[in-house]
Amino acid sequence: MTTNQAGVGAADAAAPVVSAVPAIELDGVVKEYPSHGEVVQAVKGVSLTIAEGEFFSLLGPSGCGKTTTMRMIAGFEDPSRGTVKLHGKDVTDVPPNKRDVNMVFQSYALFPHMNVWENVAFGLRRRKTPEAEIKRRVGEMLEIVDLTGKEKRRPREMSGGQQQRVALARALVNRPRALLLDEPLGALDLKLRQAMQTELKRIQREVGITFVYVTHDQSEALTMSDRIAVMNHGLVEQLAGPREIYERPATAFVAGFIGTSNLLSGQVERVDDGFAVLDLGECGQVLVAGAPQKAGERIEVTVRPEKITISTDRPNGRASAICGQVTDVAYLGTYNSYAVSLSTGVEVTVFQQNALDSSTTAERGDSVWLSWQPQHSYAIGS
Amino acid sequence: MTTQTLPGRTRKPRTRLGDRLLHIYVWLVLAWLLAPIAVMIAFGFNDTQSKSNVNWQGFTFKWWGHLGDYPDLTGAVINSITIALAATAITTALGTLIGLALGRYRFKGAGPMNLVMFAAISSPELVMGASLLSLFVSAGVQTGYVTVVIAHVLFSLSFVAVTVRARVVGLDPSLEEAARDLGASTWTTFWRVTFPMIAPGVISGALLAFALSIDDFVITQFTSGATTTFPLWIYGAVRQGVPPQVNILGTLIFAVGVVIAITNSVLARRRVT
Repeated sequence: MTTNQAGVGAADAAAPVVSAVPAIELDGVVKEYPSHGEVVQAVKGVSLTIAEGEFFSLLGPSGCGKTTTMRMIAGFEDPSRGTVKLHGKDVTDVPPNKRDVNMVFQSYALFPHMNVWENVAFGLRRRKTPEAEIKRRVGEMLEIVDLTGKEKRRPREMSGGQQQRVALARALVNRPRALLLDEPLGALDLKLRQAMQTELKRIQREVGITFVYVTHDQSEALTMSDRIAVMNHGLVEQLAGPREIYERPATAFVAGFIGTSNLLSGQVERVDDGFAVLDLGECGQVLVAGAPQKAGERIEVTVRPEKITISTDRPNGRASAICGQVTDVAYLGTYNSYAVSLSTGVEVTVFQQNALDSSTTAERGDSVWLSWQPQHSYAIGS
Repeated sequence: MTTQTLPGRTRKPRTRLGDRLLHIYVWLVLAWLLAPIAVMIAFGFNDTQSKSNVNWQGFTFKWWGHLGDYPDLTGAVINSITIALAATAITTALGTLIGLALGRYRFKGAGPMNLVMFAAISSPELVMGASLLSLFVSAGVQTGYVTVVIAHVLFSLSFVAVTVRARVVGLDPSLEEAARDLGASTWTTFWRVTFPMIAPGVISGALLAFALSIDDFVITQFTSGATTTFPLWIYGAVRQGVPPQVNILGTLIFAVGVVIAITNSVLARRRVT
């Protein structure tokens, strides 16, 4: 049965598939359109490869070109330049109704004049699937999305979460080679959104179909994706797995967009044992791995707030350590957030877990040392 | 300080008086609207002896048996109905397409198009009728049945286009994209998704076009040539007195209209729930 094969596909996706033909390939895709007499580039040249069975996210702020990129995969927008390939086949000029991908729309776009069953069966009917098979597949799909018994409902009689699942079923029942999801959880409240994230991930494992997920919500992308393309101003800033995106942001934009990040800039004093050293004089030093191995160069360094330790004395050993003054302490339940002002005027955010032994380690106005392991700070491109 | 407490005390009785006034007002308006229709229906049952049908002489069903006594009246009614049906069909088709274009796309000429449509709605019938007559005459077109249909399409087109456009503007464009995405051709998308969604607008536009056409007098008078329609026949008959058959035919047309309107609103309510 197809579901079996699909299951295998999903398992494969956990380990990166290299040999198989990629599900989706974008090659130098550009989308420009005229606006008030000028040519605006919504997408400025995106090339990426999405593997079979992968959960792939396009993440970025609104206007970054992520939705346009997805619409070019679906066929709703024609690329101005570049090619779109689905399973190795060039589909750049193929209309959306002839492409083997399906989309879940942000507004769900359920047909209001049809009931749930008719909505889900719409795609199969267009493909002239035999009635008996339609019946079986729609039934199966409604079971997967947990909507059995609601076949006769009209979309407007359902809650947002249910409508969302109908939209998902309507797309998945056609067994597309890839499913495109355009901010599908955007209209749901937080609780439901979190529940649907788990649900989506489960469904994706179950059906083993490639998911391309467009979102501006970084935590959503981090939780669900196998790989993430972070987009900004029509370009992909970084393409990597969630861990790498978070731990090793490639650009200042990615560092700032994903989670909270501290940006420090300074001149490379010397290169010592593979680490560039930013000497901050009395106030310590910052060790940077993988920085340009040239003294005198100015670099930007990121470090995540939760990697930093606060102490009253300068810590010993090979670590990055800088001194500053606590300007603000916020109690946030599982952790405290400190704002520490450096002598350069830069403010650094530090998260400290509220473990048993750590009563307040620092108060507002205290002079403190901030330290972290050298491997936790990276030089980034601007 | 007293002014703060006063409204609270006086509000209740005032609202009750307002309610009563509102009821009376509503019934007065209904009576005012329905009185002419009631009179029209009643005089179809008037046991009048002469050709003039203005004084109540008593109740009778006899005119219903003599509905076809005036062959030219029957012909005029048939003309009116066929003209209205033809004009409605053409108007609905064209008007729906115009409404779709104006509601969906931005194109050169969309602005002027909107302006022209409102001009067509607001221009005086007398002016339009007279200018149409000069147009047909100077173009050497023989006025008659066909020119009446053309004229009716002309003045009702804007109404259909405007109602359809309102519907199209409120339509989520991703609905059509979803249909395309699910494998529907543009043709299937239109008939399975777009049309059912804009159907209420199309239907009310069509009903409006039919109603405008069937009782139009002014423009028809200018463009009909030798063709006679129901309103034209009545106008011609006024001098000798309008026979009760006219009332009965009017009643029948009205009844059909009411049935269609009720059906439409019942269907609309079912579509909503």
